[in-house]
Amino acid sequence: MALLEIRNLSVEFATHSGKFRAVDGVDVTVDEGELLAIVGESGSGKSVSMLALMGLLPWTATVTADKLEFDGHDLRKISARARRRIIGKDISMIFQEPISSLNPAFTIGWQIKESLRKHTNMSRSQRQDRAVELMRQVGIPAPEKRLQAYPHQLSGGMSQRAMIAMALANKPKLLIADEPTTALDVTIQAQILELLTDLQKNSGMALVLITHDMGVVAETVQRVQVQYAGQRVELQEVDGLFENPHHPYTAALLAALPERATEKRLPTIPGVVPGQFDRPQGCLFSPRCSFADARCIAERPTPAGHDLGYALCHYPLIDGQPTGKENAA
Amino acid sequence: MSEPILTAKNLKRHYEVKGGFMKPNAIVRALDGASFSLTPGKTLAVVGESGSGKSTLARVVTMIESPTEGELTIGGRQIGPNGAAGDRDLRAMVQIVFQDPYGSLNPRQTIGQTLMEPLLLNRPDVSAQEREKRAREMLTMVGLRPEHFDRYPHMFSGGQRQRVAVARALMLEPKILVLDEPVSALDLSIQSQVLNLLMDLQERMDLAYLFISHDLSVVRHIADEVLVLYLGQPVEIGPKEVLFEEPRHPYTKALLSATPVADPLMRKERIKLTGELPSPMNKPDGCSFNPRCWRKLDICTSVEPELQGQGHCFACHNPVPEDETAAA
Repeated sequence: MALLEIRNLSVEFATHSGKFRAVDGVDVTVDEGELLAIVGESGSGKSVSMLALMGLLPWTATVTADKLEFDGHDLRKISARARRRIIGKDISMIFQEPISSLNPAFTIGWQIKESLRKHTNMSRSQRQDRAVELMRQVGIPAPEKRLQAYPHQLSGGMSQRAMIAMALANKPKLLIADEPTTALDVTIQAQILELLTDLQKNSGMALVLITHDMGVVAETVQRVQVQYAGQRVELQEVDGLFENPHHPYTAALLAALPERATEKRLPTIPGVVPGQFDRPQGCLFSPRCSFADARCIAERPTPAGHDLGYALCHYPLIDGQPTGKENAA
Repeated sequence: MSEPILTAKNLKRHYEVKGGFMKPNAIVRALDGASFSLTPGKTLAVVGESGSGKSTLARVVTMIESPTEGELTIGGRQIGPNGAAGDRDLRAMVQIVFQDPYGSLNPRQTIGQTLMEPLLLNRPDVSAQEREKRAREMLTMVGLRPEHFDRYPHMFSGGQRQRVAVARALMLEPKILVLDEPVSALDLSIQSQVLNLLMDLQERMDLAYLFISHDLSVVRHIADEVLVLYLGQPVEIGPKEVLFEEPRHPYTKALLSATPVADPLMRKERIKLTGELPSPMNKPDGCSFNPRCWRKLDICTSVEPELQGQGHCFACHNPVPEDETAAA
């Protein structure tokens, strides 16, 4: 059974200039102990869909879904109080900027122990022991001493480790990591990614990694979900995705990577991600797609089958060539 | 090969930090002895972690700050202790593009005003009509449309803003363009557009680029030469192909192996670097990389290695052997 199942999730924000749909009918399924990546550029709705799951969106957001189930709980129906018992315990999340996600006014130790205090009935000394154990688990040297440090006394990599320790405090079943290494240097990034994948392997925790870095995806995850303008455009195993992408957007994105370039001039994707006022009628990628025709501009595509990576496209690619055009003509 | 337009010899920039009551002042060696040269039409990339002195180098080369020690020669003229103060022609030769296109454009100026301002300040003899004409030409050159001239920065996307920032830097027809992480704030699909533009402009205007980046896949694509900085000191410098294929300094090798590669089938051996960059205020004795190095010898903790070699130089007592690098 899936640990997390989201069907047709949409998030709309009320803005001054009308409604803006940030997430548009996204499905996410995560099994127990699995490692899934959600990849997309800015504005693809990858963070917003996970924030909706956590219930962390502001009041201007309207969340709708056909199904929003975590570990047997229907998250659409439960009260805020019941949700708080799950969030921070069974699901936890780490964010991009470790420095700004930590409270500067409290010590690291206080902040780690806070979630233990809220969710367990451990005694004070048990909490201290657990906090030291967690700090050791995430590879912070001299944990007893560091527990008394304030966030500004730690480096970026160390604060991210502290954030991970905090997220792991209650042995969550699902950890959502939202761009956990974007603000860090590559040598530190390698350390943090290894830490996260080791934890996922050894503790049986499921991990959702939100990122925009294709290199990170290729090296760490098993299954990849590609999002574009609030929609899921493709879902594949990582090897297949890099070998044979089925959605033109995925193909174009991979081609734009400098390390995959064969010539000096890089292949580009013309145009920009559609905003609030220029959302196309049909396929959202059609204005930038090199294979688009009249049908793509007029009609919204439906996801293809499992073999084609659930590509949200009228003419999913096989080996870089669009298919199904003959039938339509 | 043409003559270098800029040469730097043993460039240093130190900052003094107040130690507080009864404590001696400390010295931050942000940049500690960099030597390199820039040639028209070529790109020198500077890589390193945060705190390695990349941006300090950019500030010294653009003459925003003057070097504490060392020689800087631009276009055959030596830069004195006062930098380029009072010398507008010298300043115009080196221009800079910053990382964040949202912070580097004035939100109250139209794109046209932004582009015309450098001319207004530095070329008072150019007439208003001529200024506008040149600004409009530059706009089309960086791939923006003429109607963008009267718009404000908030109406543009990140990629377009970065084009404006590049256009502004080129208004005074510089010889050297310093690019401080020009694409790291941009999305992947936009990043390739801006990189292509930069390569086109370099070819057309014979510009020398000092390209600062932490993204090694971008560097590998755009650079001709690469300089690796660690704690303000160059640890390795060489032509791109050689440096990427046969890194000799352990730090370069570790940096390359830590960079994720977008190919799931290629599982490579990763050199694990423990620890983080030490503070530039109290550098370790000997080689500054020694506390994190896995090839450390006794000599590394006492004697500072010198940069040696011709063309491909590295500063290490125990460099990675050549046959080992080929396997990586």
